Amino acid sequence: MKLKHIAMLMSLAIAGAAHATDVEVLHYWTSGGEAKSAEQLKLMVKQAGYGWKDFAVAGGGGENAMTALKTRVMSGNPPTAAQIKGPSIQEWGSEGMLANIDEAAVAGKWDSVLPKVVADIMKYKGHYVAVPVNVHRVNWVWANPEVLKKAGVNGIPTTMDGFLEAAEKVKKSGAIAIAHGGQPWQDATLFESVALGVGGAPFYQKALVSLDQKTLTSPTMVKVFDTLGKIKGYIDKDAPGRDWNLATAMVINGKAGFQFMGDWAKGEFAAAGKVPGKDYLCAAAPGTAKDYTFNIDSFAMFQQKSADAKKGQIALANAIMTPSFQSVFNLNKGSIPVRSGVSKDKFDDCALKSMADMDASSKAGTLVPSLAHGMAVPSATQGAMFDVIAKFMNSSMSSADAVAALAKAARTK
Amino acid sequence: MQAAARHCRAPLFHSSLSITGMSMSLKNVFEKTIPKLVLGPTLLSSLLFVYGFIFLTAYLSLTPSRMMPNFEFAGLQQYAALFDNERWWTSLANLGIFGTLFIGISVALGLFLAILLDQKIRAEGALRAVYLYPMALSFIVTGTAWKWMLNPSLGLEKVMHDCGWSSFHFDWLVNPDMAIYTVVIAGVWQSSGFVMALFLAGLRGIDDDIIKAAQVDGASLPTIYRRIVIPAMRPVFFSVLLILSHIAIKSFDLVIALTAGGPGNASSVPAIFMYQFSFTRGQLGLGSASAMMMLATIVAVLVPLMYLEARSNKAMR
Repeated sequence: MKLKHIAMLMSLAIAGAAHATDVEVLHYWTSGGEAKSAEQLKLMVKQAGYGWKDFAVAGGGGENAMTALKTRVMSGNPPTAAQIKGPSIQEWGSEGMLANIDEAAVAGKWDSVLPKVVADIMKYKGHYVAVPVNVHRVNWVWANPEVLKKAGVNGIPTTMDGFLEAAEKVKKSGAIAIAHGGQPWQDATLFESVALGVGGAPFYQKALVSLDQKTLTSPTMVKVFDTLGKIKGYIDKDAPGRDWNLATAMVINGKAGFQFMGDWAKGEFAAAGKVPGKDYLCAAAPGTAKDYTFNIDSFAMFQQKSADAKKGQIALANAIMTPSFQSVFNLNKGSIPVRSGVSKDKFDDCALKSMADMDASSKAGTLVPSLAHGMAVPSATQGAMFDVIAKFMNSSMSSADAVAALAKAARTK
Repeated sequence: MQAAARHCRAPLFHSSLSITGMSMSLKNVFEKTIPKLVLGPTLLSSLLFVYGFIFLTAYLSLTPSRMMPNFEFAGLQQYAALFDNERWWTSLANLGIFGTLFIGISVALGLFLAILLDQKIRAEGALRAVYLYPMALSFIVTGTAWKWMLNPSLGLEKVMHDCGWSSFHFDWLVNPDMAIYTVVIAGVWQSSGFVMALFLAGLRGIDDDIIKAAQVDGASLPTIYRRIVIPAMRPVFFSVLLILSHIAIKSFDLVIALTAGGPGNASSVPAIFMYQFSFTRGQLGLGSASAMMMLATIVAVLVPLMYLEARSNKAMR
């Protein structure tokens, strides 16, 4: 019986491998909730009548996956689709490797269901070459209401000054005011929320997305670093090297009051059995209630040789954009659907707030890409800016020096 | 037993006789070509995969390569960018600190331990194994273990505070100015046992008669070591320096596991710089330039060492 099963599985596997229209997808969703999400996509592709060839490369930030992808592309055998995001899509586009999927976009009316800012990222020279999967909001602050209550703080402050006062109170009450992990990307996450809070969305857009030198060296940027310097004083000294989820655990356990982190932190609270609004609070980072920094996962489509493979690619793109996939996937991952017209029934309060804020900021023009998560600038520039921010967070560098260094880093080509 | 041996030898004798009888020259040809045939693939693949790729990297460092290799020639612009990069200078300075202290302390400690173990003590084998064990661990394990021990809220400092010594203070791991020294501590812990083993072997190789003669002449033990034993171990010093300096220059895993180059970039080293720029920041050209600088450093350290070694060998003959 067992042997028969194995034989059947093997023949299935062989049949699968021989299938003319396999869709091969490179992704780095290998952790629990994420793997579940990938499974969902696989199911939908199979329902559309195509084979699924999994090409999962572990490593949360996708660095290993990108190395694997480069090897495959260089050997002239790219996968059907790969998990690539932000300006990297443009980098691959300029290498001439990406496929035009306007066919699916026109049929699915993507232009009307996606916010324009998002659609622009998915296009190379005006044509769709990638499909968005989800939206993470980065400018969140998470808090433990018990700790705040003990310190005499009423909820998460909405202004930066109010936040600094509250942090001082929490510190005086004996708890760590801000849970943080001293890793370059976390430093940058904190930095971009502060920059958005101090300078506002137009400033953020000009300085950190368009990399306008005048804005980068403006007094507002000095003020951003001054504020960041103050916030640094409320972080405990053991922060260097700490993983973000350990910092979240400090908020969960009542060791710390606040944490600046994107909405993937919600997964940690949920896993600990905490209820939003009761056991933990979520709010936009101080001073950014009307603004929204987004981090979008997407699949870029690579050029295929056969017409059949091309059809499979379109089917994959269509599957990703269906409301049912967007709903199930994002419930598992803690993010929100990228397209409009998805049922909101099952999402929690924080996710609903994220959806409402995204709509509002999309209309108001304050929906901006996240610097810390590779959405705003090319990887070389991003890395150079990370170096400056990390140095500021870990030395006695003055704000003026940091501003000058950041402006120089932004010129990295 | 003897009969069996004789029985065995007989046919062998016959067969070798028959080969000689067949053709002496065929055998000669075989003997001459087989080593070449066996070594050929190894030689070819090392030529291609070591030297070939060194040349490829050297060429890439002269191109504007970004995410993918691009073979357009661009001169020395990547080197200019490299020397203008503050992070590179931090990495180089850290390599200087780490390399000097790591090699210096490992040699001193290894030699000291070897001399102590050389005093014909009891349980020498067991002690030697204890000191050698760290070498059996990978640098990743060493780095992670020391990360836990040195973490102020987890390791040594917390233990001391729990024991009541509340003024105890040891925060090197999270202190940007001191983080690189924690890498030295872990590196020395890992390697000094191995250095000790090399020195111990060297000490055992020295003729006892010379030492006895010196003792008869009335030389004290420290003088014997200082004037006779240590100078006689010159080749061992060369080997130790050769091994330690290339471990230092290419060190990557230990730093990644221990400090991840942090806090910030305070303990970054050239190998980490090279990896990040080539593979995660899409600056393959700049990464290749830094790799060439690392190669140049290794050559600058090793070539004089090997030259001195070769010269001293000749002098000895």
